[in-house]
Amino acid sequence: MIPEIGHFALVLAFAIAICLAVFPLYGYLSNQQGFCATAKPLALLQGLALAVSFGVLMYGFLAHDFSVKYVADNSNLDLPWYFRMSAVWGAHEGSLLLWALILAFWGVAVALFSRGIPDHMSALVLSVMGMISVGFLAFMLFTSNPFVRILPFSPANGADLNPLLQDPGLIFHPPMLYMGYVGLSVAFAFAMASLISGKLDATWARWSRPWTTIAWAFLTLGIALGSWWAYYELGWGGWWFWDPVENASLIPWLVATALMHSLAVTEKRGLFRSWTLLLAIAAFSLSLLGTFLVRSGVLTSVHAFANDPERGVFILGFLIVVIGGSLTLYAIRASKVSEPGEFAWISRESFLLFNNLILTVMAVSVLLGTLYPLLVDAVGGGKVSVGPPFFNAVFVPLTAILVSGMAFGPLAKWRQSEDPRLFRPLIVTLIVSVVVGLAWPSMLDGQYSIGTAIGVALALWVAIATVVDVVKKVGLYGGVGTTLARVERGMIGMWLAHFGLALTIFGVVMVENHTEHRDLRMGVGDSQNLGSYDVRMTDLTVINGPNYVADQATFEIYQGDALYKTVTPQKRRYNASGMVMTEAAIDSGVTRDLYIAMGEPLDGGDWAVRLSVKPFVDWIWAGAFLMGLGGFVSITDKRYRQRVREEKEARVAEGAAA
Amino acid sequence: MSRIAVWLPLAVFAVLVGFFFKGLTLDPREQPSALIGQPVPEFQLTDLNTGQPLSREQLPQQPFLLNVWASWCITCQVEHPYLTQLSQRMPVVGLNYKDTETAARNWLQKLGDPYAVQIFDPTGRLGLDLGVAGAPETFLVDGRGVIQARIQGEVNQRVFERQIQPLLETVQ
Repeated sequence: MIPEIGHFALVLAFAIAICLAVFPLYGYLSNQQGFCATAKPLALLQGLALAVSFGVLMYGFLAHDFSVKYVADNSNLDLPWYFRMSAVWGAHEGSLLLWALILAFWGVAVALFSRGIPDHMSALVLSVMGMISVGFLAFMLFTSNPFVRILPFSPANGADLNPLLQDPGLIFHPPMLYMGYVGLSVAFAFAMASLISGKLDATWARWSRPWTTIAWAFLTLGIALGSWWAYYELGWGGWWFWDPVENASLIPWLVATALMHSLAVTEKRGLFRSWTLLLAIAAFSLSLLGTFLVRSGVLTSVHAFANDPERGVFILGFLIVVIGGSLTLYAIRASKVSEPGEFAWISRESFLLFNNLILTVMAVSVLLGTLYPLLVDAVGGGKVSVGPPFFNAVFVPLTAILVSGMAFGPLAKWRQSEDPRLFRPLIVTLIVSVVVGLAWPSMLDGQYSIGTAIGVALALWVAIATVVDVVKKVGLYGGVGTTLARVERGMIGMWLAHFGLALTIFGVVMVENHTEHRDLRMGVGDSQNLGSYDVRMTDLTVINGPNYVADQATFEIYQGDALYKTVTPQKRRYNASGMVMTEAAIDSGVTRDLYIAMGEPLDGGDWAVRLSVKPFVDWIWAGAFLMGLGGFVSITDKRYRQRVREEKEARVAEGAAA
Repeated sequence: MSRIAVWLPLAVFAVLVGFFFKGLTLDPREQPSALIGQPVPEFQLTDLNTGQPLSREQLPQQPFLLNVWASWCITCQVEHPYLTQLSQRMPVVGLNYKDTETAARNWLQKLGDPYAVQIFDPTGRLGLDLGVAGAPETFLVDGRGVIQARIQGEVNQRVFERQIQPLLETVQ
């Protein structure tokens, strides 16, 4: 009975979504306020219906209701309660339900926080989001319903959640990632609303900026969590694999990053209008494309949970409607967009244009690399694979170019900043970063690495330039004595994000070039040298977990003669699925991670053991966290909270831009 | 923006849709290699057992199987006994893929070494040239060094009789 309530709520949400897609749009086109006014209540109702549906599915997991096929396929009596909760989004149907719930959540957020926006505009935005929702809910109800029952003979126990996903990282990774993916639908909806209304001035950019930034921040954290999860759960010690599914999240991130920057130009100067619209469409379209690639099995990947052509055809049809429709509307309207105003060769606009060009090239090359095997196969060229060598060869130099330009943008002024005094602090920055960068690798063991020198110099270049900018701007507001409180929050957010990127780059450079890595045969009593530590295996036992049996080794790590730490990596075999998982033991530190993983059992009771010292690896995620934090700080900027003066200011901005 | 340029994104998307639609009709499990009918790619690697340089010219001059494996690969262990049996009939060349020397040697020591030659490819470069998606994969190479078949996943008696045996008769 209870699962049927969830099913019913899902059908109800579908009906509400249809109303949400149709009524406000009709109201706008026929100029009837009453129909426009339905948008907000409908968005709230849809959120409520989906929350009920989602809650019921979660209850099914917690209550071990194996008569629900999805629960039976992805849960087990032995599965701990917290993994039963995250198992809701552990496979295809449930992750779609989460997707739909988050879309509805963003709709609710737009309904609640759009009081400064004209009613007909928010009605159009919610209508566009309703259309997306209709597509997703139809997809769920017709091809991937999570409430399908196995009756009357339901299984006594479930098949268990994929062991790879039985990890705290997975509790947060998909919701964060989806908040980002789906959050981009708000910027998309604003772009569509302004295309529908034909009001293509800079105001839509002002409205959609905070939404884009927050979605970007979630996407950043989601990708970082995914990378962190891969690092400690997959047991290979890598942090990025250029897997199609990872690329599917990286591509929208790159485009969303470009969008954030071009929105700034459109809002402040009224320029790049049609380009910004296109980026807003592209960012969300690429999120959808990512979903399509993952869910349809068009690209085979270790992550793909679903390989089902029927679903693939449905998603493809949905993509054609959403992306094809929006690009058609764009083509019709955007040719009429005027681009008022000019800017000089050296100006903040030109640096942001540079940023956009590079980020777009990066996104396109990752997309091409990801799709290349599919393209070759489709023209009868057989199966090929594109590996990390391609991505690294393209991505690394482009990042270097992008980062070289990053120091200039924040210092430059709008319109024109040919005054060389503006960039004078960068001369010192350049000298310091090059000198320290060149000196850095010689302080490390092993061969001098020119790649490390360049990478460290680039990271320093951005970090120091950001600090210079902070000192300069804070100085502008009255010297060191005044607090940061008077600086715009958007500015603080940018500093955090740029500084975070510098940390990430530094971490990547160090871990990629200076990881000490050894695969060894070890038994109880064996001792090995690892960096400045000695690692001794002291015990091997068998541990019974809640739903697995594990071989567990105990390692004592000595620093000199003193015991530094005892760690226990495991090799687990999950009972229900028989899958074998590596639980690496990781000792995290600011300057390095010690990574110990058990490989294969060898004869005589020994084990193949993988020992690594990974320098500065945690900086990769710390930097990403700062970037995300920067996004969240930005949206607390007080100008986003002003409602009354909104329209007036917009007119003033228009006047200034013209 | 110009009148024509604004249609460009839609055109690009239309082309992509065409490819996706084609992609949906292709079976991801059936993976003919782009290299069938092509010679084995050139390579400069080392022999896992001797550490001596190895290149394409040192491969057998008669039909042989090129088996891509790794110590981290569970299915490779499963197919290993059958490959050992097959090595009585025809040479089996190993391509140790994205592995480490120690782990690979331990594995061979434990399970036996039926391989005529063992190519050591720790970075997976030759694997990339061969279009390898994952271990195990096995290629049938004829006496002229041309790839005749590709099998993804486990090689067992059924796979051998259905996919390799018929081709073997024609190449001989």
